Amino acid sequence: MGRYILRRLLYMIAVLIVVSIITFGLMHAVPGGPFDKEKPLPKEIIANLERRYHLDQPLYIQYLQYMKAILVPRISTEKFPNTIDDDALFKFKVGKHYVHWINFGPSYSSRSRTVNDMLRDQLPISMQLGFLAFVVAVFIGMPLGIIAALKQNTWLDYTSMTLAIFGVSVPVIVLGPILVWIFGVTLRWLPVTGWGAKPPFTLGFFPKKLDWSFWQYAIMPMFALGLSSSASIARLTRASLLQVVREDYIRTARAKGLREGLITTRHALKNALIPVVTILGPMFASLLTGTFVTETIFGIPGMGRYFVNSITNRDYPVIMGTVLIYAIFLVFCNLIVDLVYGALDPRIRYE
Amino acid sequence: MTIDLEKSIKKPSAGNPISLKSESLGKDAVRRLLRNRAAMVGGVIIILLYLMMIFADHLAPFDYAKQTLSEQNAVPPWLTKVFTVMQPYAKFPADNPNKYLLGADYVGRDLLSRIIYGSRVSLIIAIIGPLISLLIGVVYGSISGFFGGRVDNVMMRIVDILYAFPGLLFTILLMTFFRTSLAKPLPGSIGAALSVIDNNLGGMLFIFIGIGMTAWETMARLTRGQVLSVKEKEFIEAARSIGSNDRRIMFKHILPNIIGPLVVSETLAIPGYINTEAFLSFIGLGVNPPTPSWGSMISDGSKVVRTYPNQTVFPALMLAITMFAFNFLGDGLRDALDPQMRGKT
Repeated sequence: MGRYILRRLLYMIAVLIVVSIITFGLMHAVPGGPFDKEKPLPKEIIANLERRYHLDQPLYIQYLQYMKAILVPRISTEKFPNTIDDDALFKFKVGKHYVHWINFGPSYSSRSRTVNDMLRDQLPISMQLGFLAFVVAVFIGMPLGIIAALKQNTWLDYTSMTLAIFGVSVPVIVLGPILVWIFGVTLRWLPVTGWGAKPPFTLGFFPKKLDWSFWQYAIMPMFALGLSSSASIARLTRASLLQVVREDYIRTARAKGLREGLITTRHALKNALIPVVTILGPMFASLLTGTFVTETIFGIPGMGRYFVNSITNRDYPVIMGTVLIYAIFLVFCNLIVDLVYGALDPRIRYE
Repeated sequence: MTIDLEKSIKKPSAGNPISLKSESLGKDAVRRLLRNRAAMVGGVIIILLYLMMIFADHLAPFDYAKQTLSEQNAVPPWLTKVFTVMQPYAKFPADNPNKYLLGADYVGRDLLSRIIYGSRVSLIIAIIGPLISLLIGVVYGSISGFFGGRVDNVMMRIVDILYAFPGLLFTILLMTFFRTSLAKPLPGSIGAALSVIDNNLGGMLFIFIGIGMTAWETMARLTRGQVLSVKEKEFIEAARSIGSNDRRIMFKHILPNIIGPLVVSETLAIPGYINTEAFLSFIGLGVNPPTPSWGSMISDGSKVVRTYPNQTVFPALMLAITMFAFNFLGDGLRDALDPQMRGKT
């Protein structure tokens, strides 16, 4: 098990390095530089700017420098100056030494901010939204699917499955504006734009307080984003549970005289949830990375706007940082799913 | 010298029970599909949508790009009864209040015509997306699964790496690459040819390429898995023992056996392609204006959703209906072709 995790981690690092190289290459293959303006800057100024951000160096050196700034911690006996170049996600002190670790670099388009700033201020908002949508998806989808399967071929089943098909068919860009129009414009119950939590966040991710001032902004976006996923969870849960309740071991459990509730929870659900768990990982990842549209519709100050703008502005460090961070989430989600899979199904052994 | 025994065996004729059985399987599937009311409703809606797309020139009352600035955000009288918020400021076109059946957008273009023409991108991606994905994915996956060993290992690692890319971000990155680097290509290069085609299609070509390039990975994995499981079956061994070569085994024995589930899974993926296109157009990386797309119309409309909800609601409704129809049909196809998979996503 330990060796399996270690091997997977090493493999993940290799994958991430390849992802970073491909992104770096693709990004620099797009013509135009970050300092091309509608009114062109004088050549000398562009040359200076490019020297300042090391853009005059060969590509592989730029890449190595970039990776070095992220991976290699900087250690110094003196305090680091409070400049953009010395920024770091982790700043701590070991004995007499100051350690700065992980610097995703400056943002070219807003000179006073770094990508680290963005990861501190915007990423948590996107994560909160993605996470809440995931909660909506799981806590609506699973019960709906379980009820539909246990009451198969009754009106409960038909209603929830019709709801599920509706849910799958209504994408965020349809549901979002319609929710805004109903609850924001017509009924005026909820504010239509903004987000209720502001940086700095507790532990880097959690909003300071979770009262109405937070929820009033969160409710619409989290449902807009999470509902379609909840529908697919419901469908999968139902199908999987229906298959499991026909297995021999369920009949055995009945024959033993176990209570129906116990059979459902202990025997049927545990096995039925295995295929559901496998899609939760990719779903969690896609909800986290899929917050962009929802952010645009509800005017949420998350990563979405910055990423789309960064591409048009050739803001190389922002593009790299976003893709890398999300790729890391993705591979970790997959690893966790594989581990949970093994925990739920003892037949699976890690070699 | 090897004798091609397989060719010397008689082909099953009409009287042969084997061919009868396979035919009845197909008939059975069609019968199941026809009896599925939801799938039939979906199918009829899809046919109507495609008819609307094909006859767009005859159905649309106006040119989708024709702007009438004096009739910005115009609404017909009946809409103010549905959306009562609009009553205080609703503007009717002077010559004929009912000129625009669903209203006009922020530069005075007829919404109905734009919705009709906007179906093109969505409905074409619903065909092209699966085609690209099947073409690349099935070839890739079957090579990987059929040859196995080191080839399989290398090919699947490549898919693993592509999987680690956050899908949407990768598509966005690709789209930007296409939109900018091929905007001013060298004359005579492939890029120039592509961008001419793209311009003539209103920006659709690069959407197809961008979506297609990220869509095939799942298909490749699925195909590989299917090939691996069929490869070990006895009938493959039998075919090999009578001297069939790799190509024959692949095309005559493996592919026909696995294509069903692959087509079903591709059908179920169609709403995803439609959604991705709408999303790309929503954030401005999709079709080139003034070519309409439901995604870009929703994007334009959502800016004025407080005052003119009709500009968002109608394209959104069309998008939802289309995805709805494809979901229903996909579900029905799966149930019909693969009764064991019933109800699974």
